[in-house]
Amino acid sequence: MKRLKSMMAVLSAVSLLGAAGAAQAGATLDAVKKKGFVQCGVSDGLPGFSYVDAQGKYLGIDVDVCRAVAAAVFGDADKVKYSPLTAKERFTALQSGEVDVLSRNTTWTSSRDSAMGLNFTGVTYYDGQGFLVNKSLGVSSAKELDGATVCIQAGTTTELNLSDYFRANNHTYTPITYDTSDESAKSLESGRCDVLTSDQSQLYAQRIKLAKPDDYVVLPEVISKEPLGPLVRQGDEEWFDIVRWTLFAMLNAEELGVDSKNVEQMAKAAKNPDVARLLGAEGEYGKDLKLPRDWVVQIVKQVGNYGEVFERNIGSGSELKIERGLNALWNQGGVQYAPPVR
Amino acid sequence: MDTHVFKPDQPAPALSVGPLGWLRANLFSGWFNTLLTLLGLYLVWQIVPPLIDWAFIEADWRGETRADCSREGACWVFVGERFGQFMYGFYPQDQRWRVDLAVLLAVVGAAPLFVAAFRHKLRYGLAFLLVYPLLAWWLLHGGFLGLIAVPTSQWGGLMLTLVIAAVGIAGALPLGILLALGRRSDLPAIKVLCVTFIEFWRGVPLITVLFMSSVMLPLFLPEGMNLDKLLRAMLMVILFEAAYIAEVVRGGLQAIPKGQYEAAQAMGLGYWRMMGLVVLPQALKLVIPGIVNTFIALFKDTSLVIIIGLFDFLNSIKRATADPAWLGMSTEGYVFAAVVYWIFCFGISRYSQRLERRLETGHRH
Repeated sequence: MKRLKSMMAVLSAVSLLGAAGAAQAGATLDAVKKKGFVQCGVSDGLPGFSYVDAQGKYLGIDVDVCRAVAAAVFGDADKVKYSPLTAKERFTALQSGEVDVLSRNTTWTSSRDSAMGLNFTGVTYYDGQGFLVNKSLGVSSAKELDGATVCIQAGTTTELNLSDYFRANNHTYTPITYDTSDESAKSLESGRCDVLTSDQSQLYAQRIKLAKPDDYVVLPEVISKEPLGPLVRQGDEEWFDIVRWTLFAMLNAEELGVDSKNVEQMAKAAKNPDVARLLGAEGEYGKDLKLPRDWVVQIVKQVGNYGEVFERNIGSGSELKIERGLNALWNQGGVQYAPPVR
Repeated sequence: MDTHVFKPDQPAPALSVGPLGWLRANLFSGWFNTLLTLLGLYLVWQIVPPLIDWAFIEADWRGETRADCSREGACWVFVGERFGQFMYGFYPQDQRWRVDLAVLLAVVGAAPLFVAAFRHKLRYGLAFLLVYPLLAWWLLHGGFLGLIAVPTSQWGGLMLTLVIAAVGIAGALPLGILLALGRRSDLPAIKVLCVTFIEFWRGVPLITVLFMSSVMLPLFLPEGMNLDKLLRAMLMVILFEAAYIAEVVRGGLQAIPKGQYEAAQAMGLGYWRMMGLVVLPQALKLVIPGIVNTFIALFKDTSLVIIIGLFDFLNSIKRATADPAWLGMSTEGYVFAAVVYWIFCFGISRYSQRLERRLETGHRH
């Protein structure tokens, strides 16, 4: 046992060394420029976040983050190569330098941010655990779910959140645990459980899988905080800033009314000083980040502002039809807030 | 003089011959069997008609999007639309002929080995084993001699499954035979080495091995050195399966009577010629079922590469079900996967039965 422990210590020391060696200020940007593309870790398939269409093209909100980083660095959003990663291997892939950015619906938590040699650069999507029920149940709030049979997916924090929530409300429930989202959707459909719980972004996808999606409704309650965002390796502040400000740029663009259609015109004749600074007509803010002057123009032109990306992938322009909710801008009732470019 | 004329035989009772007799003897021979038969019929009646209804009668075959499917039955439009991805993964569309050609060459090239009349099987087989992998690498990966490079990260679908399975089989069989010989060797060092190897690889699950290769290995390698993911997976599959093959072959070696060894030695054959000419040909013949069993398991186990993010056949299907445009098609996808896997595994098993019959492994006395 003792030997095992010391072996584990050696292993973890080696992995720390690897992580430390990989992170050197400026190293990532230089390496990325040298190889000519951003290597981006994405999910192996999550509706609306990262998936592959019939032509083999990667799409989704997580994918668009990678494309925006490439647009900022190279002026070409297509200079990305994707590494589909499973939930288990994602952090190692980033630590070992296999990918430059990890954009894979990963919840920002203190332990992940601090103990693994990784840094979250921002929040692309504020998610949270919710409930999907059949309308015929006549329930309009999760508070009325006392005694319900609940379908859950195993192996996630979902189970813990659920039991905490029901205990806090002094309610009882019967859990039925499934391995995949397909199984739990079928189970809800066949009436084996009254309610299905998962992250809200997933529930909308689950709903489409049902034969009659309109008979089901996502309840308003959100019982956990799941802020999803991209990560980079700790220690390379320059690269961290680039990925962080790529997202901020998209949010600022939406706030200032800059979208993919009007961006070029606005870049030429910007009256609003905020817009002029954002689009590089005034000041040298791109240079500070070691990016070209027109980095935001390229991001918005090729990928879109945050609102466009949201609506196209998971919002009203997609099959999922998720409402903006928490993900609306701060001045429109949400919590998406980006520091200004100046 | 009267001769006695025998009466003609009575025909057998109608209930004991013909279809009726067969039914009575096999399905309704007692109250218990009758009950079982009725129960079986009931189950078939419950399962088969709805299945046929779902898969064929109510199914939608034509269209382009999910809206073209009525959802009354199976929506094969989904499989049709994604067929290319299921077969080739992200292999560039205009280069897919290379995969087809590689498969065609494998079939044509291996064909003489299956013709009984062909004489130079051994020599031809060895030459084929040497030449074909190079040719296949050139065709599939390219990057030289006029073909553009298609990195392994773009390989996927059934093609990837076949590549992993074929490389696994081709690599594991010779390695496994060597390990089996080593385990029965009189030289202690070799014996210990082989026993350790076999017991180690048999002792860990394949999924763990793959996971280690993908997650732990990169941490030990110097930065910037990225061993190809597929290469890592194939190496692990070979080492893993070789341990199983070794034990199967060892079973065959132990079944060969001692007299065979002694006779070979008495004729002055050295170790390798004794093994190669006398013992192994008999031993391998005996263990064909075991080897084929391992290969079928290997073929199906390739889908475990899902854990390291390689998109083999099954994983390609799973990925396609995450497209919001096709949500809810998982049943169709998995049924398709099951049918394809079954065809391949059944094919392997039929071939092995033929091989056994031809080599007469049964020792008919």
